[in-house]
Amino acid sequence: MATTTDQTAPDSAAPIGRPAGAPDASAGRAAPVSHDISMGVEGEEAHGDVSVDELALSVELSGADGAVATPDVAEYAMWLGDDALILAQQLGWWISRAPELEEDVALGNIGLDVLGHARSFLRYAGTADGRTEDDLAYWRDEPAFRSAWLFEAPNGHFGDTIARQLIASAFQLELYRRLADSSDPALAAIATKSVKEVAYHLDHAAQWMLRLGGGTDESHARIQQSLVDVWPLVDELFRDEPVIDRLEGVAVRPSTLREPVLARIQEILDAAGLETPNVEPSMAGGRRGSHSTRLGYLLAEMQVLARSHPGATW
Amino acid sequence: MATPGELGTEAWPLWEVFVRANRGLSHVHVGSLHAPDATMAIRNARDLYTRRGEGVSIWVMPADGITTSDPDEKGEWFESPAGKNFRHAIYYTKTEGVKHL
Repeated sequence: MATTTDQTAPDSAAPIGRPAGAPDASAGRAAPVSHDISMGVEGEEAHGDVSVDELALSVELSGADGAVATPDVAEYAMWLGDDALILAQQLGWWISRAPELEEDVALGNIGLDVLGHARSFLRYAGTADGRTEDDLAYWRDEPAFRSAWLFEAPNGHFGDTIARQLIASAFQLELYRRLADSSDPALAAIATKSVKEVAYHLDHAAQWMLRLGGGTDESHARIQQSLVDVWPLVDELFRDEPVIDRLEGVAVRPSTLREPVLARIQEILDAAGLETPNVEPSMAGGRRGSHSTRLGYLLAEMQVLARSHPGATW
Repeated sequence: MATPGELGTEAWPLWEVFVRANRGLSHVHVGSLHAPDATMAIRNARDLYTRRGEGVSIWVMPADGITTSDPDEKGEWFESPAGKNFRHAIYYTKTEGVKHL
């Protein structure tokens, strides 16, 4: 029994400044893990009682408890799922690149929230033809994506991302609020879960609009230009497509969102002393699979790992 | 002594964050963060310190608003209670019938 002493490792081996078993920064990331994330996390007393060691990530997805989507419902779920997925991928780029560490985390959190929405919508969309959320995310090419062009607009500088986020969150907030009353229980459940998170995203974007709009002359001019640059993509969000006619009561008719979404954005722009751009709408046709050239690069980065190592888990 | 964040070397000032885990508990200091103003500080606190359901309420305050005791005077300040165990109420017998002691 010469090794007895080795079995009781001294406490000094624990990392300084963090109690043993404290949450790791990577816990809670929605990595594509197929079983439970056994992080063995015990909440510190000061942090309440948080334990994720028995949580399975797939259990967190809302909606779709055995429900099977019709092809039309799946198409619509793909609209919303792809919007959220592309936005999540874009926001993830900001980690380590935002103006401050705190803002890295804020944008990262928003990205993870919308990634969760994307997973729920795409999982449900996949029930129509037996595809998984991963099949849909990693194994479709540009023409099969149904996201609107707004979501593939470049991250640009911080103000560009905030301007895009303002429009995206205002749109998703009104949309999910209405979708919560959908006659499709799975869509209603996903929307109900998502609406609170999106309300926070809108607040985050609004706070930054106020500060950039009312900051210096430089920040005001730049955020105004960001709005002008992204504004042509707003119109597409409110265009009705034929599939919407077949989903009365299930889907939210995009054209009915125009007035409330624009009113909400207007209110924030007024408070920030910014002007609503007066520009021609783009020809964007994301709902029909016609995308800007940017989506190809974005998907290449998002999909390369899954396609290089099919079936890999980690 | 300068407070971190007020030296002008950082873009945003430093804020101290207090989180209340549950109704009935007090707010507990959990750490600090940078933010341009109080409104953003409380949002950053929400994102940094309540990601895993740790709290139901957050306070933030500017780090330079906190006055601290001087670590060099620890002896004068904090060693005095040694040898004064009578200050701990466990040495007294509870009067019969008193419930909430």
